[in-house]
Amino acid sequence: MKFRRLIFANLFRKKIRLILTIGSFAIALVLFMFLAVVKSAFSRGTEIAGADRLVITNRIGLIQTMPIAYRDKILTIPGVKAVTHNNWFGGVYVEEKNFFPQFAIDVENHRQVMSELVVPEDQWQNFVKDRQGAVVGARTAQRFGWKVGDRIPIKDSLYGTNSTWDFNLDGIYHSDKPGGDESQFWFQWKYFDERVPSFIKSQIGWYVLKLDSPDDAVRVAKAIDGKFANSSTETKTETESAFAAGFAKQFGNIEFLILTIGSVVFFTLLLVTGNTMAISVRERTAELAVLKAIGFTDRSVLFLVLAESMVIALVGGALGLILAAGAIPGVGAALNGLLPPLILSKLTLGLGLSFALLVGAASGLLPGIGAMRMRVVNALRRV
Amino acid sequence: MIRVDGRGNSSSLIKVRGLNKTYSRGGEKIQVLQGLNLDVDKGDFVAFMGPSGSGKTTLLNLLGGLDVPSAGSITVDGDEITHMSGSKLTHWRARHVGFIFQMYNLIPVLTAYQNVELPLLLTKLSKSERRKHVETALGVVNLADRMHHYPRQLSGGQEQRVTIARAIVSDPTFLLCDEPTGDLDRKSADEIMALIEELVGKYNKTILMVTHDPVVAARAHTTLHLEKGVLVEGKASPQTVMAGGAA
Ligand SMILES: Nc1ncnc2c1ncn2[C@@H]1O[C@H](COP(=O)(O)OP(=O)(O)O)[C@@H](O)[C@H]1O
Ligand SMILES: [Mg+2]
Repeated sequence: MKFRRLIFANLFRKKIRLILTIGSFAIALVLFMFLAVVKSAFSRGTEIAGADRLVITNRIGLIQTMPIAYRDKILTIPGVKAVTHNNWFGGVYVEEKNFFPQFAIDVENHRQVMSELVVPEDQWQNFVKDRQGAVVGARTAQRFGWKVGDRIPIKDSLYGTNSTWDFNLDGIYHSDKPGGDESQFWFQWKYFDERVPSFIKSQIGWYVLKLDSPDDAVRVAKAIDGKFANSSTETKTETESAFAAGFAKQFGNIEFLILTIGSVVFFTLLLVTGNTMAISVRERTAELAVLKAIGFTDRSVLFLVLAESMVIALVGGALGLILAAGAIPGVGAALNGLLPPLILSKLTLGLGLSFALLVGAASGLLPGIGAMRMRVVNALRRV
Repeated sequence: MIRVDGRGNSSSLIKVRGLNKTYSRGGEKIQVLQGLNLDVDKGDFVAFMGPSGSGKTTLLNLLGGLDVPSAGSITVDGDEITHMSGSKLTHWRARHVGFIFQMYNLIPVLTAYQNVELPLLLTKLSKSERRKHVETALGVVNLADRMHHYPRQLSGGQEQRVTIARAIVSDPTFLLCDEPTGDLDRKSADEIMALIEELVGKYNKTILMVTHDPVVAARAHTTLHLEKGVLVEGKASPQTVMAGGAA
């Protein structure tokens, strides 16, 4: 590239300005990456949901229950391979801020349906035999330093038993899928059903079923909801990803919040770099005019200005990505399970780089077009 | 032969006919050039004089394809440039015109060598070919030993010599100089003029130069005066010289 020297010479014209501009790029990029990572943490449930799974809830809402008797009726529908069920426990471990999801699970069918969540066979067998047993995800186990054999007291806060339930930690599960949820705490539904008050007995929070084929999803969902239509407890059957999306919405409109902050970051950076580029182009109007006089085309002048802002974007952006990659695991750890795990994926990195390049192009464009339109005779007359 | 009567023969290198240039400023029209004619042959060296504001720079800008006339035509080496589109005109400038302005107009962040190389970046020449041309041009202006200096490390006269090297490096059809010595002391001005004379005498360059300095103008083959929008030959009236000297 013959113009390389000219572009770099221009970049290094004002070193402090260059450093500050690259710095603001890097900082904005770090912020942007945090937002992107948090957003993807919240939407991950949707992304990694099994395409061959449906979730059945009470039509009225997630906190309403359904009879256990629905299980056998669901199994009669063609295309359903297996069904399992869960209840939300929502207890407190020591204090409220230690939140993690606790499910009363159907020990017989859980593994078949949730096959990506893997427990070592011997641990699972102990769990099945242990009425007060529990299995916990690796992330939560690590968070509290639990080991197999530990006794875990969890205080009921939803079902009015007004007591602390003691569990024996029999196993730890991992997710097969990268980014899978390793925060859940499972215990036996039978134990749950024994201890809850009678109005909740034989009631299920939500069913999860596995399909023979993902292609059957729409038909099976319709068949299930049709089966229970006009009964006292109607159902709502949706794909697991739709369910996860609805669940994430309970935290408030995170997506909107992040988009708003992201846009502010974007436009602030755009103003900062756009202004810098505009000043730096205005300072050398006469030089650009001379370049045009000796035969540089309007387009190559635009190219020179754009190339400069793109180099700034690229260097600042890359720096920001490196900083973000270094900082995100630490921040994730400091958040201590408050958010789903923060994972900096290749996709997010690519998104960050595109963000930087987009700002680079946009901030160079206006001054570049100005330089392109500038008439040599007027520019030379001004000096 | 240099003529201003519009009757030059068809062999002229530069042929200007009926050139008009009108500016409008605040609704008011200022007619700067009014039916100007000019013929310049290859190897000619002509100086333009005239009071400040008489349109000398305007004329050079038109001849160099930096601006378009309101009426009339300019033909250079058979190409009529007055009807060329913007980008075509840019390419034409790159090939045919060497500019030397009063303010040296070097890029401050590039060395003398890199400044002189700029016009060659627009050609298909290889890096080593470019090097040969740049070194030759810097040799002609006697700055071979300063080629890696930045403009701020050079004197005014040296900077202007770099500008001249930049103007001749691509071997253009003609050179346009707008007050090339306007910012220099007498000694540096003399050196620059000696160099410009050498370009004409030794290298047979065609040069059109604007100056308000009669001593500088005396070096040219012919001095033309810009009066009331046209060029006139011969000795200027005393008030023209005085007014020009104050430009
Ligand atoms: N872009 C422009 N707009 C309006 N008037 C202009 C413009 N350029 C030049 N002029 C006017 O044209 C006249 C000739 O200017 P110029 O060619 O620069 O004169 P000189 O170089 O002989 O001093 C002046 O009156 C100047 O003010
Ligand atoms: Mg002038």
